[in-house]
Amino acid sequence: MAEQRTALAHQFDDLAQQYEASNLGMWAFLLTEVMFFGGLFVSYTVYRTAYLAGFIAGSQHLNVLLGTLNTAVLLSSSLTMALAVHAAQEGHTRLLSRFLLLTMLLGLVFLGIKGYEYALEYHEGLVPALNFAYTGPHAPQVKLFMIFYFVMTSLHALHMLIGLSLLTVLVVLAWRGRFSAAYHTPVEVIGLYWHFVDIVWIFLYPLLYLVR
Amino acid sequence: MAAVVPRRIYYRVYVALLGLALLTWGLSYVHLGDPLSAIVALTIAIGKALLVVLFFMHVRYSSWLTWVFVGAGIAWMGHLLILTMSDYLTRATVPGW
Repeated sequence: MAEQRTALAHQFDDLAQQYEASNLGMWAFLLTEVMFFGGLFVSYTVYRTAYLAGFIAGSQHLNVLLGTLNTAVLLSSSLTMALAVHAAQEGHTRLLSRFLLLTMLLGLVFLGIKGYEYALEYHEGLVPALNFAYTGPHAPQVKLFMIFYFVMTSLHALHMLIGLSLLTVLVVLAWRGRFSAAYHTPVEVIGLYWHFVDIVWIFLYPLLYLVR
Repeated sequence: MAAVVPRRIYYRVYVALLGLALLTWGLSYVHLGDPLSAIVALTIAIGKALLVVLFFMHVRYSSWLTWVFVGAGIAWMGHLLILTMSDYLTRATVPGW
């Protein structure tokens, strides 16, 4: 097993142990991400409890249809990512590249729709600091809601961009034939990251768009 | 190494996820009122997140140590939310604020 020897770092007994270490390493990182987004989610909950009417008014100005469409796009990208990992496990490297590219395409569609939403909100005067023209009831609280909306969704979008960069690296490595049924840990570990970003959106979607 | 999960399980999970997304979208037009609408929406979100964690992220098929890590994440997130809200929800309101 020549490929197994090249893929195994010397501090590990075998590939299974190396995989377990990488897997747990990514989970440890994801836990810090849970705390990172968790702080925002809890602050959002505190302010929503305090300014319920204002947050509901703000939520009603978001485009629910685009938010739902983006949820479907991101869930689909999680499916293609899971299928990419599956292809890697089975050693189908060409299929792996295709599913990785499909995942990236869906990620780009998500970011495109998100950008279009931001543009709509800018034209409606809902962007604090840049163009905020809302003068209806609870205006300061609606502004706070929009600040939460932009901070949380843009940080999520930043994670999507990082994910897309990581997927680009994976595609190049897959093209160079670096993955096999015996060694494909980077695909699995970056897959975990991609699914985590999906989970963040799973919570952002109802909190921002639906609870109105 | 991670267990190889049959593809049909991924498809089923995907259909369930899309179904739950459509369900929570539809329920948002029912106007259940606060806090029931938030509870329903968040329960569905937790269900979707569990499906992703257990199947797409392979935790269902992973070592006990992975379960400990994931459990720690959920537990600390729970601490953050419950302890913070147990403060804010039980504060007396100051007149004029």
